[in-house]
Amino acid sequence: MNKVIQSMKIAFRALRVNKLRSALTMLGIIIGVGAVIAMVAVGSGATARIQQQIASIGSNVIIVLSGSINTGGIRMGTGNAQTLTEDDGKAIANECPAVQATAPSSRGGAQVVYGNNNWGTQILGTTPDYLTIRDIGIQSGQSFTGSDVDAATKVAMVGKTVIDNLFNGADPVGQVIRIKGVPFTVVATLVSKGQSPTGQDQDDLIIIPISTAKRKVIGSSKSNAQAVQQIMVQGRDGMTKLAEEQVRGLLRQRHKLQPTQDDDFNVRNMEEVFAAQESSAQVMSILLASIASVSLIVGGIGIMNIMLVSVTERTKEIGLRQAVGAKTKDILAQFLVEAVTLSVLGGVIGIALGITASLLISYFAEWSTLVSPGAIVLAFLFSALVGVFFGYYPARKAAFMDPIEALRYE
Amino acid sequence: MDSEELIRIENLTKAYHVGDITVQALRGVSLSIAKGSFVAIMGPSGSGKSTFMNILGCLDKPTSGSYYLDGVSVGQMERDQLADIRNRKIGFVFQQFNLLARTSALENVELPLLYSGGDQRNHRERAMKALAAVGLADRADHHPSQLSGGQQQRVAIARSLINDPQLILADEPTGALDSRTSIEIMAIFQRLNREQGINIVLVTHEPDIAQYAQRNIHFKDGRVVSDERVAERRQADRELSEMAVEETVA
Repeated sequence: MNKVIQSMKIAFRALRVNKLRSALTMLGIIIGVGAVIAMVAVGSGATARIQQQIASIGSNVIIVLSGSINTGGIRMGTGNAQTLTEDDGKAIANECPAVQATAPSSRGGAQVVYGNNNWGTQILGTTPDYLTIRDIGIQSGQSFTGSDVDAATKVAMVGKTVIDNLFNGADPVGQVIRIKGVPFTVVATLVSKGQSPTGQDQDDLIIIPISTAKRKVIGSSKSNAQAVQQIMVQGRDGMTKLAEEQVRGLLRQRHKLQPTQDDDFNVRNMEEVFAAQESSAQVMSILLASIASVSLIVGGIGIMNIMLVSVTERTKEIGLRQAVGAKTKDILAQFLVEAVTLSVLGGVIGIALGITASLLISYFAEWSTLVSPGAIVLAFLFSALVGVFFGYYPARKAAFMDPIEALRYE
Repeated sequence: MDSEELIRIENLTKAYHVGDITVQALRGVSLSIAKGSFVAIMGPSGSGKSTFMNILGCLDKPTSGSYYLDGVSVGQMERDQLADIRNRKIGFVFQQFNLLARTSALENVELPLLYSGGDQRNHRERAMKALAAVGLADRADHHPSQLSGGQQQRVAIARSLINDPQLILADEPTGALDSRTSIEIMAIFQRLNREQGINIVLVTHEPDIAQYAQRNIHFKDGRVVSDERVAERRQADRELSEMAVEETVA
């Protein structure tokens, strides 16, 4: 222990002698470590943001969309044909063991009026299960119920953006709004969910019972009054993949599709979609970190360079130390400690710089950044390792000098 | 082996290889040095005296022959074993002092203790004692650049004394000093030799400096050419007090 303290003392003294040189040498490591910390922060910030957005979709969510239909060779886009029905939704809930809950839904745009204000928003017709599947919370009031759906009551739950634009701070619960001229009573307000992974405002909507929506707001084709645009399906934990298969099988059966026919619906496993996004964000952060690591290695080479110069300059001192009894390991330790001191000191300053840089990035560029303690520890250890790795060769050179040659060196 | 012998050297040779050429620096040297002696080694450059001193100081290994220091054969020891011998048994004094710059006199004196291991507590105390022995107790905090040449050499002597060595090797210790300071340095060596029985081996090319020793050994072409007692040994202490008297008179 005493030896270590002694070596550190010697190292600090040697580094103080050439303050400017030590500072410039450290700068390489400072920039390297700072860059790694900042880049990892940007990368993990992006990953965290995607994860947060995935969570906002709800867990284990599968979306079944009405599919394209091929009429006389003209293929329409997804959702154009109303091939899904409310009964499909019920059947999925009842007959697929891997499915926890389902909620049919249809959307449409509508102008909403309250008092002197009006606002164009999305109207979503669905059942109360939708809130559970999408993990949407009630801010105040009470959700409408299954009997509201059966009776096609004119009740509405409003999102935050709608509230902000219509109510001027008044409490919306119990108020009457007009959607396409039809009066609805607001029964609940929704907890804000922010942006969706695709950048849409998830709070700019009004949820009403699907039956009411079809009759009064969105409308439905006379030929297929049962039709819905999509069915939200929630798989049981860890079984979304299975649920996806069961849903597809059941729907093909219910829609009487021949094996040669394409699906007339679309199943989207949201988990898979976002897993892909998440992994691309991770690839980005690895890429950023590895580019930054290059500068750390360049910093290490800087240390090696300066240590070699320092060993040569201090040849006579090394010779003297050897003459008075310094063993190989003593000299090795002395120069190794010096190199590690440079790199660790640089590392600590670099960590501070990296944290500052990532704060500045999130402030000015408005990117979310996340400085993880793991990245800090790793950067610190890595900088120490750089010191040992690049300091070893110069230190070895010093330790194995011939004392006679070293003493004679001018 | 005689227990009164500190150094016994038998048939020592040393050859250097410079490219394809082999240089015979020592061609068979045998001598012994008794405990408590003060020896001066002389000779022209290229005579092999530096090579001999390097082997004596355990900085170099002989090509053949044997070297016993205080009854221990050190001729073929390993690098780190030699470092340990140097640390415990030998003190070095150089022509250019070889003090660490930007380091206080006290810390310079302490330096060998850094490599001694063992008790670390009384370093400061021992270094102060060594500095006091060369009359520099009041300069402990001075850096080498704040000291005169003679004072720097005295710090170096204090450093060589710190581990109570049996042998001090002084390589041209007065080469960079004026004659008055040289006598002062020789006075210290004579006193250490006389009062503490420390063996001193001095390399010099100045015959009058060699007269402070008891015995002069001359090297030439890698061999000892003469080895004789100094008939009329100079006493540095007496010379210094005479000089002081002269100065007062003047």
